Amino acid sequence: MNQNSKVKLNEIFTSIKAEAETRLKDISGDNSQNIFIGMATCGRASGAVEVKATFEEALIERKINAHIIPVGCLGHCYGEPLVIIDKPGFPPILYQNVTPGKARLLVKAYLEEGDPVFEHVLGAMEENDMIPAVMEFPRFNQEKRVVMANCGLINPEDIYQYIAKGGYSALVKALALEPEKIINEIQESGLRGRGGAGFLTGMKWQVVQDSEEKDKIVICNADEGDPGAYMDRTILESNPHQVIEGMAITAYAVGANRAIVYVRAEYPLAVEMIKKAIGQAKEIKLSGEGILGTNFNLDIAVFQGSGAFVCGEETALIQSIQGKRGMPQLRPPYPAQRGLWGKPTVINNVKTLASLPPIFENGAKWFRGIGTDKSPGTAIFSVVGNIVHAGLVEIPMGVTLRALIFDICGGIPNGKKFKAVQIGGPSGGCLPDDFLDTPIDFDSLNQAGAMMGSGGMVVMDEDACMIDVARYFLDFTQKESCGKCTFCRIGTKHLLDILDRITKGEGREGDIELLEDLSMDIKNGSLCGLGKTAPNPVLTTVKYFRDEYEAHIREKRCPAMMCRTLTAYFIDLDKCARGCDACVGSCPTEAIFTTKNRKKGIDQTLCVKCGECMVSCPPEYDAVRKVSPPELAPKIERPKEE
Amino acid sequence: MQHTAEIEEEATLTDIASILTTFEKGRGSLIPILQMIQEKHKYLSALALQMVAKHLKMSACEVYGVATFYNQFRFYPPGKHQIKVCLGTACHVRGGDIILENFERKLEINVGETTPDREFSIDRVACVGCCALAPVSIIDDTVYGHMAPSKVEGLILGFEIEKEREKREKKKSESE
Ligand SMILES: Cc1cc2nc3c(=O)[nH]c(=O)nc-3n(C[C@H](O)[C@H](O)[C@H](O)COP(=O)(O)O)c2cc1C
Ligand code: FES
Repeated sequence: MNQNSKVKLNEIFTSIKAEAETRLKDISGDNSQNIFIGMATCGRASGAVEVKATFEEALIERKINAHIIPVGCLGHCYGEPLVIIDKPGFPPILYQNVTPGKARLLVKAYLEEGDPVFEHVLGAMEENDMIPAVMEFPRFNQEKRVVMANCGLINPEDIYQYIAKGGYSALVKALALEPEKIINEIQESGLRGRGGAGFLTGMKWQVVQDSEEKDKIVICNADEGDPGAYMDRTILESNPHQVIEGMAITAYAVGANRAIVYVRAEYPLAVEMIKKAIGQAKEIKLSGEGILGTNFNLDIAVFQGSGAFVCGEETALIQSIQGKRGMPQLRPPYPAQRGLWGKPTVINNVKTLASLPPIFENGAKWFRGIGTDKSPGTAIFSVVGNIVHAGLVEIPMGVTLRALIFDICGGIPNGKKFKAVQIGGPSGGCLPDDFLDTPIDFDSLNQAGAMMGSGGMVVMDEDACMIDVARYFLDFTQKESCGKCTFCRIGTKHLLDILDRITKGEGREGDIELLEDLSMDIKNGSLCGLGKTAPNPVLTTVKYFRDEYEAHIREKRCPAMMCRTLTAYFIDLDKCARGCDACVGSCPTEAIFTTKNRKKGIDQTLCVKCGECMVSCPPEYDAVRKVSPPELAPKIERPKEE
Repeated sequence: MQHTAEIEEEATLTDIASILTTFEKGRGSLIPILQMIQEKHKYLSALALQMVAKHLKMSACEVYGVATFYNQFRFYPPGKHQIKVCLGTACHVRGGDIILENFERKLEINVGETTPDREFSIDRVACVGCCALAPVSIIDDTVYGHMAPSKVEGLILGFEIEKEREKREKKKSESE
């Protein structure tokens, strides 16, 4: 690019930035009060829509002037709905689990009367002498926000809020460079793809850039098929512009003029947000024809994926855009050589693309300073299951599992013991406590038999049955196998059948060895990552929890008392209170009856083992017991009808 | 006189025909077309699939093959209230399958089916992104967290009461 157009580029962007700052002043001038409400899917599920409506009503009722700003997800899903109130004279305060009732209270007590209602405060967003800052808590201060830096703090539907926070200036920097320079910078940063495999991004781009073909394509992979992970969706819902900026940088670097965001149709809010964001970017010439006055054009479209896990695999994804069944293809040729419609195609994950603006803003060296030598940067996990502070966590690579689970996420609730952590979704593995000191990076996790995979992380306490977990994932991969490779199609079905048998108490000697053999065959006989990794949940549980398999097979006993065929509930007659009918009312199948002395018994033939009676039994009696094997439950006859 | 159902069907087919004209005739339009039809008409009928095939000059079985490959598409009309039970990882660990069973038992249908009166249908979904509230179910567009078997009964009862009330009001307004 010549000097002339560089000057022009900066001029145009300076005026956009000035506009953004003016708009920001309008909403956060010296005297304005702002209410930020987390309105991503997790917030909405917890009632953020009603909370917002209540704030609006209460402000009108009390004639108070304040801006309500819908924002994305902070990642602290355990506390949703989350609300930040920024009032002059106070630090911005974060409130958790805000209900409509709390919303009314906050308007009256805090906005009107100046009392911050300490009992509902999670913390202040800045250091101050009044209220403990959230940064004093490990869940906040041990995180490192690179990709999610602005998630939950800006309105995703307003491009200017992103720009006011420094957004799109990385694109301006990049556009002033030669494409080769950009690729060098990315190679120096050591950025590895966040879609699971950890392939070096710069290397992939180089192949596309080197291609003679004129028409090249960039695809953002937001298919996110892991049934227990939602990072990519949260990023699209909370800060779509960072992804668009990353796509524009990628396209400019490799010489592409077309880009596609491939996002699941099951993510309606993410689809809406990214579409809106693309429209806004086009309006102020940050995408479309002649971006920022240069001769670089980029047309960005959205393609909605139809919900097949395998379509997250890059070649299957391409097939599905082309209107075919999403079946993976033999590589090479790699998409970078011949991808969508036969054109050289860069496919990158949402998080990979969203990492680009910070890298250009701060330089490759800065990025290398985060994380480990071989896996620079941060990792984002959705940490769920039996964990105190569930939600999205962004940490520097290299943090240990122990630090993540116990220090950052608060450990296991209800005083239970940690048993295992499942990492990487259906392709990943289950690791027991011996592995808690494993650092989280691509290579260490692979070595342990799990993998970075999608970034799903499920923490399980002593009540989780490892065979059930393996069965769950196998059930998933078996259904999602596209059917192309015999070992994947039929092998996973057999694995599932064997696991099913074991959880039902019909396991046989030799089943464990059969599982291991079959798993290796499936790994070797499958074309794509789905089949190659599908046996991982089985292999790791067999390896680390073999005794549990043996208990199921030999003793017909489920040590965690999860497998329903192998457990039974009964009522301890010494503890059961007469006349209390709590369990009878709670039973969905009328399996509980009254025996002598008005005490209760369970008809095992009707019991579906849902556990409702155990929950409903008042804690002072605590009379419902669970046993495995089921034969241990005492037999109590239902009295004959009179 | 034509039956109302037939009139409705005709209107649907005319609408699908007009949807088709807004798409290019390339194979790449196939999935977006199917999505658009399902969004407007809730499901893909055999006739609709045939019309799509004709428009894209593909065989009907090829269109059917693609449509059935993807989880998103349904080939029967859903119930008035669509129940979606989350069986994502976190919800599974917290007993999502027990919730699903309770819906199935209460409504006397299996997952993937619609009640004969077309009031309810049950589907399973994977992670809806509120794992912190597991187990989770979605009815129509409302997310219900911390589900329990007793909550299932309560929710269905709520819909039934609502329906009764509507019926009564309708009767009342008719008699007025
Ligand atoms: C079965 C399977 C599912 C996958 N699902 C996803 C996915 O949901 N999202 C994703 O970004 N990559 C997924 N991938 C990886 C992609 O094939 C591809 O490697 C990735 O999108 C490349 O982007 P990256 O270099 O930024 O990681 C999947 C791979 C396999 C084998
Ligand atoms: S697994 Fe059900 S909401 Fe995530």
